[in-house]
Amino acid sequence: MLRYLGSRLLSLCLSLAVASLVIFAAIEVVPGDPASFMLGLNAEPDTVAALRQELGLEGGYVERYLAWTGGMLHGDFGTSYTYRVPVSELIIARLWVSLPLTIFALIISTAIAIPAGVWAASRRGRPADILVMGTTQLGMAVPNFWFAMILVLIFAINLGWFAAGGFPGWEAGFFTALKSLVLPALSLALFQASILARVMRSSLLETLDQDYVRTARAKGLSRRLAIRNHAMRNAMIPVMTIVGLQFSNLIAGAIIIENVFFLPGLGRLVFQAITQRDLIVVESVVMILVFAVILVNFLVDLSYAVIDPRLRRRR
Amino acid sequence: MLSVENLSMAIHGTPILNGVSFEIGRGEVFGLVGESGSGKSMTALGVMRLEPRGAEVSGRVLLEGKDLMREPESRMNALRGREIGMIFQEPMTALNPVKTIGDQVAETLLVHDAADRASARKVAAERLARVGLDPDKVPLSRYPHELSGGQRQRVCIAMAVALRPKLLIADEPTTALDVTTQAQILKLLKSLVEEDGMSLMLITHDLAVVAGMAHHVAVMRDGGIVEQAPTARLFRERAHPYTAKLFSDSGHVPRREPDTSVKPVLQVLGATRDYPVGSSLFGPRQHFRAVDDVDLTVYEGESVGLVGESGCGKSTLTRAILGLDPLEGGSIELDGTPVIAGQVPHALRRGMQVVFQDPYGSFNPRHRVGRLVAEPFHLDSVPETERDRRVAEALEAVGLTPADRDKYIHEFSGGQRQRIAIARAIVIRPRLLILDEAVSALDVSIRAQILDLLADLQQRFRLSYLFISHDLSVVRAITDRVLVMQAGRIVEEGETGTVLTAPQHPYSRKLIAAVPRIPEAWVA
Repeated sequence: MLRYLGSRLLSLCLSLAVASLVIFAAIEVVPGDPASFMLGLNAEPDTVAALRQELGLEGGYVERYLAWTGGMLHGDFGTSYTYRVPVSELIIARLWVSLPLTIFALIISTAIAIPAGVWAASRRGRPADILVMGTTQLGMAVPNFWFAMILVLIFAINLGWFAAGGFPGWEAGFFTALKSLVLPALSLALFQASILARVMRSSLLETLDQDYVRTARAKGLSRRLAIRNHAMRNAMIPVMTIVGLQFSNLIAGAIIIENVFFLPGLGRLVFQAITQRDLIVVESVVMILVFAVILVNFLVDLSYAVIDPRLRRRR
Repeated sequence: MLSVENLSMAIHGTPILNGVSFEIGRGEVFGLVGESGSGKSMTALGVMRLEPRGAEVSGRVLLEGKDLMREPESRMNALRGREIGMIFQEPMTALNPVKTIGDQVAETLLVHDAADRASARKVAAERLARVGLDPDKVPLSRYPHELSGGQRQRVCIAMAVALRPKLLIADEPTTALDVTTQAQILKLLKSLVEEDGMSLMLITHDLAVVAGMAHHVAVMRDGGIVEQAPTARLFRERAHPYTAKLFSDSGHVPRREPDTSVKPVLQVLGATRDYPVGSSLFGPRQHFRAVDDVDLTVYEGESVGLVGESGCGKSTLTRAILGLDPLEGGSIELDGTPVIAGQVPHALRRGMQVVFQDPYGSFNPRHRVGRLVAEPFHLDSVPETERDRRVAEALEAVGLTPADRDKYIHEFSGGQRQRIAIARAIVIRPRLLILDEAVSALDVSIRAQILDLLADLQQRFRLSYLFISHDLSVVRAITDRVLVMQAGRIVEEGETGTVLTAPQHPYSRKLIAAVPRIPEAWVA
């Protein structure tokens, strides 16, 4: 187990190092001066020079790379050019919206998808299965912004249960803040839950065909008990993989939903930074996202080992 | 104790069983033999009421007078595992990989409320000890992947007999195991019957296995029982023509006129192959010597057998001979040309072809047979028209017709697929054909045909064969010389007849003694 943990940690560190090199190269090394790119075509030469100074573009690549990564390790991501505040502050403020939203959406989606998938698999070919498959087909096909607007129409405008958008901040109270995330989380969860329910169903169907499920039945376990005690845990591995992918997708991929609900999330920050050519913010946010993806994959790898004893020994 | 009357089953309208009837007495071993698809396993699942989805079952299954066909599912759940236990063919997959063996054995007790958690583990330890897994050596906290095939099958048996059921159904319990392990498992099953008074329904395709075990035998074919009788009588009389055919096929020896020259085709000298094991991040690498200083020669026109248990290094050696894996020491020559992994020229590769146990996986299902058989031509510059002629010739040589080249592989049966694999191997006229368990998965009647075919092809094309098998009866039937391999080394080598009747090395003796036999008196 320790060896597995060690090898996973090593791969985590290596991936981070490689990712930081690629991002650094893409933004700072490729031809074209970031400062003049940020200022646009009509910039005065001395403004560009001043920005170069500020961006720390003077000096060799190695020195600059080390300064950048070293700064990040200390939590110093530089200062945003457009906002004139430290990037770390910007990111943290946005993460306080994006992270809870993502977790919320994933909780809703797994809470719906896993029972639905199990239900469908244990009634293969019967009406329950057809219902789940049909609904999830629809859930994947419906664009989430459209679904979000329908939710707003029903629950915000007609029923008046929720606000149509905006985020009051966590200072306004936990439940008030959470309440403003309900509709966005639901809009995000629909698509994710549809995919997850299908993965759960097919994964469980595959495990149900395994010999050890038949052995369990021969021991006298009922169908339901055989699913619970034997098939479920084995069927969870692909599901965990998908949940991990969904987490990394949602953390910054919710731009459209953030826009529909006017939420100050990470996705909108990246989008604005790109349109304003604020490369410092882009660079840092991308790095943070890469870190999130790699970290989540690491956690998913660990969860495999918890589920499957064979992985604890391997490598 | 168990009485099956007129058991019939159809799955989605296709009849699987028609009117199967038999009886098993208390403490009796009942053998059910037949070829694949004859309905043996379905009979067992029907008795357990675990028939597949979409199956319609009729007839009566009386367990001590109680008709299981009329029992509701909840009663059947209570009955399975408590009154009837069952073990399956594949011990590798029959256990849940993510649960410890202790938990899996204890579960049988827990689902039947026969014990609380703590005492269930105690009983589990007892039952595991009963089937030969000493908890001090194989703790309850082990996972299935940490055990060998034989140990896993013991766990399955412990699970099935945890509550001392009246009847144990064993569906091909030893087919996936080595002969020595098979002998141990059969001995264990026998002792469970004799000491614990259990009845046993033993399903197998192997006549020799039932000969040594069963009191009563039934022969199945196409979903029905063609003949049943006390074992000795059935074996002596073979009243039904199908039974007689099954016997002659299983002992079938193809007619061969060995015509061996002194010219070696394959010469392996001092071959050694290491595998890294437990490669740690730091520290020295550990090595496992899979093939240890092996000498092996196959002469032109000769058939050589290589036997040994799983893990002895047979497959590793095969890969090295085919030039797929490098050697750490020694040399391999085909017709005097060295075989060096990674740099085998086409001309050399042409000289040797291989046929595996399950050819289906080695055929692209989207290609027609003609294209599949023509695959090896990329090693050879044969003109297009000549290729067509040779493909037709190869298909005819293996007993198919040239018209079969336009079909797809799924249209053929297992035996026909093996013929196609052989056609593909001989189409470029190799010098050496390696047959890696090539007939092991086939039914006896098909196996007899394939052995005849191989003998015939050897004569016609002057082929040399290297037969790799754990099945000694096949080796006896078709090889001139045999090598016995144990833990990477060749421990004995000699003429097949001599080695198999009077083995010298203790390991060969053990291996040959473990092979189940039909008593001589019954065969005469």
